[in-house]
Amino acid sequence: MTGYARRVGIVLWKDLLVERRSKESLNALFFFGLLLLFLFQFSLGSDRARLESALPGMLWLGFVLAGLLGLGRSFLAERENDCWEGLVLTAGDKSAIYLGKLAANVCVMGAVELVILLLFGLFFDVDLGRAAAGLAIILPLGTLGLAAVGTLFAAVTAQVRARELLFPVLLLPVQVPVLLATVSATQVALAGQPLGDAAPWLRLLAGADLVYLVIGILTFEFVLEG
Amino acid sequence: MARPVAIRVLGWLAVLALLAGLGMAFGYAPREAIQGNVQRIMYVHVPAVLTAYLAFGLVLVGSIGYLASSRAGWDRLAASAAELGVLFTGITIASGSIWGKPTWGTWWTWDARLTSTAILFLVYVGYLLLRGLVDEPERRGRFAAVVGIVGAANIPIVHFSVKWWRALHQPSTILGPEPSPIAAPIAAALLVNWVAFTLLFAYLLARRIEIARLEEAAMGGVLRAR
Repeated sequence: MTGYARRVGIVLWKDLLVERRSKESLNALFFFGLLLLFLFQFSLGSDRARLESALPGMLWLGFVLAGLLGLGRSFLAERENDCWEGLVLTAGDKSAIYLGKLAANVCVMGAVELVILLLFGLFFDVDLGRAAAGLAIILPLGTLGLAAVGTLFAAVTAQVRARELLFPVLLLPVQVPVLLATVSATQVALAGQPLGDAAPWLRLLAGADLVYLVIGILTFEFVLEG
Repeated sequence: MARPVAIRVLGWLAVLALLAGLGMAFGYAPREAIQGNVQRIMYVHVPAVLTAYLAFGLVLVGSIGYLASSRAGWDRLAASAAELGVLFTGITIASGSIWGKPTWGTWWTWDARLTSTAILFLVYVGYLLLRGLVDEPERRGRFAAVVGIVGAANIPIVHFSVKWWRALHQPSTILGPEPSPIAAPIAAALLVNWVAFTLLFAYLLARRIEIARLEEAAMGGVLRAR
């Protein structure tokens, strides 16, 4: 088991190191998030009441769109310089690679989401302080759900033609429950209500995360084989 | 491998059952008191959705079977069932839409059951798109199986998330825990139509699997000839 955990850690460390040195995803995703906020504002107009009811949905739409771009790239680097063959030839359970990739994706997505969230609070004048405790639970759960399926499907689409098109087409319908749950829970949190009001949604989200994670761990080796 | 004669017999049985179902839907079943004749769409709508769920269940079975055994027959089952599942989901949505216009006053509403059926439709359209984009049969089977498993595991999650989101559709009357409040002639007509649709599905599935087998044999012949 320690060997397994170590392999997960190595993949995570490798991906984060690559990201730190190249900053390929992070820089573009931060900028993309900022752009989205502007687009939301333009497309919804300045009516404050309407904007307020749309805020949770916009926030998560921003996360999902940023996730589509970020997660979709997570296996592309492996296509170069025979890295893929290296992954296939790695000894031991291949699900360690999946968990490592997933962990790296959650870290990158989490960083992007935090920045988008802060900008969101700034531009739309949202009191994030009272929602902070709720968001600290909702955000990781939602991100895990998005990334668990996203990482698995990204490994599939990285090996397929028209991957930029196929990745969202496969991922988005599957992510509807995650979107419904996170948006509803975020609505509760932003309204300053106790998080207990959103308990069924959080339980659903946690259950969905678990199902996605188990399927990812069980099926990843079949995707990696090439 | 089903024998051609058996498939042909199945086809004729399906035709007879469909004719009987049609006769019962229009001749035997009484005119519904409130909705009038338009309610007879139910004899297509309900069997179609039950058949679609059967099809997606078979996609799951075929997907797991293929990943476990790597035998092409399982993949042909999954692929054929997915195509028919999308077809019958399409029939469900179309017939429901035609039924909804006179009774609810709208072609489409974001009700729980409608929405989750639409999401199911999109998930498996994505599945078929993926299949179309991978040429090599063995990889196509593996990738599709992973997506098929995620899609099937997601069905209950989608179901609950959308149910909590909103509900307008009448609750399920056939599969509910209470004794069915449907009048006996209506229930009988529905049963006959359901059997007819299932026979039709079995016939189409057998044909589609046969075509898939011939396609692969033909492709294999081409590859060997090169």
